[in-house]
Amino acid sequence: MSDNAEIPPPSPTEIARVERRAVALLVLVTALVLGFLLYVMVARGVFESTQQLVLVADDSEGVIVGMDLTFSGFPIGRVRRIELDPQGKARMVIDVPRKDAHWLRTSSIFTMERGMVGETRLRAFSGILEDPPLPENAERTVLRGDTNAEIPRIVASARTLLENLEAMTASESSLNTSLAHLRTVTERLSGRYGLLTAALGSEDQAQKIIATLDHTNALLKKADQRVFGANGVMDETQAAVVQLTAMLKDVRASLQKVDAVLVEAQAVGANARVASTDLGALRAEVEVSLRKVGQLVDEVNRKWPFARDTQLKLP
Amino acid sequence: MLAKLQNVAKSMNTDAKRVFEMPYLRIVEKKQSTRNYHCPMPTRPHPFPDTAAWGRALKARAGSWWYLVHFAAIVLVVALSPSTYSRAYRATTAKDIYTSTWQVLPWFTVVASLFSLVLIRIVVVTALSYGLSQYALQMVVRVLVLELIPLSAALFVALRSGLVFTGQPPAGGPPSPTEPTPQLSMAQLRQEVVPHVVAEAFSVITLAMVSSVIALVLAYLTVYGFSLWGVPGYTRTVGHVFDMPVTVGFALKTLLFSLAVAIVPTASRLEAARQSRAADAVQPGAVRLFLVLLLVEATSLAVKYV
Repeated sequence: MSDNAEIPPPSPTEIARVERRAVALLVLVTALVLGFLLYVMVARGVFESTQQLVLVADDSEGVIVGMDLTFSGFPIGRVRRIELDPQGKARMVIDVPRKDAHWLRTSSIFTMERGMVGETRLRAFSGILEDPPLPENAERTVLRGDTNAEIPRIVASARTLLENLEAMTASESSLNTSLAHLRTVTERLSGRYGLLTAALGSEDQAQKIIATLDHTNALLKKADQRVFGANGVMDETQAAVVQLTAMLKDVRASLQKVDAVLVEAQAVGANARVASTDLGALRAEVEVSLRKVGQLVDEVNRKWPFARDTQLKLP
Repeated sequence: MLAKLQNVAKSMNTDAKRVFEMPYLRIVEKKQSTRNYHCPMPTRPHPFPDTAAWGRALKARAGSWWYLVHFAAIVLVVALSPSTYSRAYRATTAKDIYTSTWQVLPWFTVVASLFSLVLIRIVVVTALSYGLSQYALQMVVRVLVLELIPLSAALFVALRSGLVFTGQPPAGGPPSPTEPTPQLSMAQLRQEVVPHVVAEAFSVITLAMVSSVIALVLAYLTVYGFSLWGVPGYTRTVGHVFDMPVTVGFALKTLLFSLAVAIVPTASRLEAARQSRAADAVQPGAVRLFLVLLLVEATSLAVKYV
């Protein structure tokens, strides 16, 4: 007897159950595939409304399509395209979702950091968030922070530094000479006249300075005695000052008298002004009187026997 | 006396050598005989392979591959033909899907989840210890979802299918090597072979998709825990990995895996049955299947990372 004969044929219910499960599996897989595709599209930002930003750099090495632009560690944009512009610079076209675009301002700066380990990073920094928002299709230059590019410069600087250090530490170097001079100075400092010997170069010069100081001290002593001592300049000056005070007091009294004189003079002046006003009328009257006297004299002269003949006669 | 001598000479000539012809080498084996006058000369394999045998072997291989391609084309054409979708075809396909997918989906998912969890944990902890946690999720997604899970699903379905076919040939199913069938009729193709191939391919795709989605969820839970605050960052990371070439390559690779697992063993079995060959120690076409899977995987890796 064969195996087929032993296994009973499946019932219609069983067949329907199997078919239902197969359809359920088909639906499950279709839903999984479609859901996964939808999720990947959402993850790729297919349904996001974006605005474009162009970053310009000398070198786009390490930048790949799909790389993030981060702000404070959070991704706010994605590199969509990298191309060369006519000037030979790299243009990185970045899609920034509009919901994150408010983090970018006109004053924002963009950096491209390339470490020794790990991928290149594009970062945005907005110091003043009150500035106007970054316009669409804005083009900005990227500041580069490239560790690998910095290494040759650091090595060159270090080499220069070492060469300088070697030159400084050579036997005939300025530093050694300076140290020798310093040693000489310190030896002089520890000598008899100390700092004076170090400053003046020899003990004789220092001795002269000390002698000069002694002489100056003696001079000052004498001057003090003459100035501040008994019957010194200061005493006389003090007496002179007392006399001067008394003199000033007298001068003040004299000045008060002068003030009174001036007041009177001012009154005299005023009277003189009135008198000179009356003098004009007087003068007019005098002139009238004189004219009358003149006419009277002329009249007397005409009538007088000694009158002269005033008529001129031609020859 | 003369006759006696002739008999001796004849026996010596018969025992002196036996010739075995092998495809590539001709070995001459000399049998020692006490009647020889001296010890036999040492023998070596022939230094040059038999070119005719090479040609025959190459022709056989090329014919075999051509049979595989031809069979795959026929199966695909029949599977995509609307006239194939009869009620009997649907019933048979549903039964095969139930057998190849429904019955194994739960425990394959459990095993794949455990494996994924262990691998995710190892990768995440290692990345954290090296201060490279930002790359851990990408690595998990790339290694697990893109590479290991589709390959595991394909190998699992191939092994299970081989066990079923060599152990218990289904009644009325594709002919087993022990029951040679020279030609397949269109009815056999539509009602037996194509449903089986479609079910196997569907099984690979289903197992790979379900396990991949669960691995993605496990990766999120391992890194962020049971909270939703990491969803935007995680989604962005997945978006970084699944760009357009990678997504298309993932879909193509899974599809090719499923087709290879479904078609190559069936074609090899049918070819063996057509040529009335005896069953091998391993499943017919197993080596060829692994070769095809390796080729697809290597091509996928080369396209993505080279």
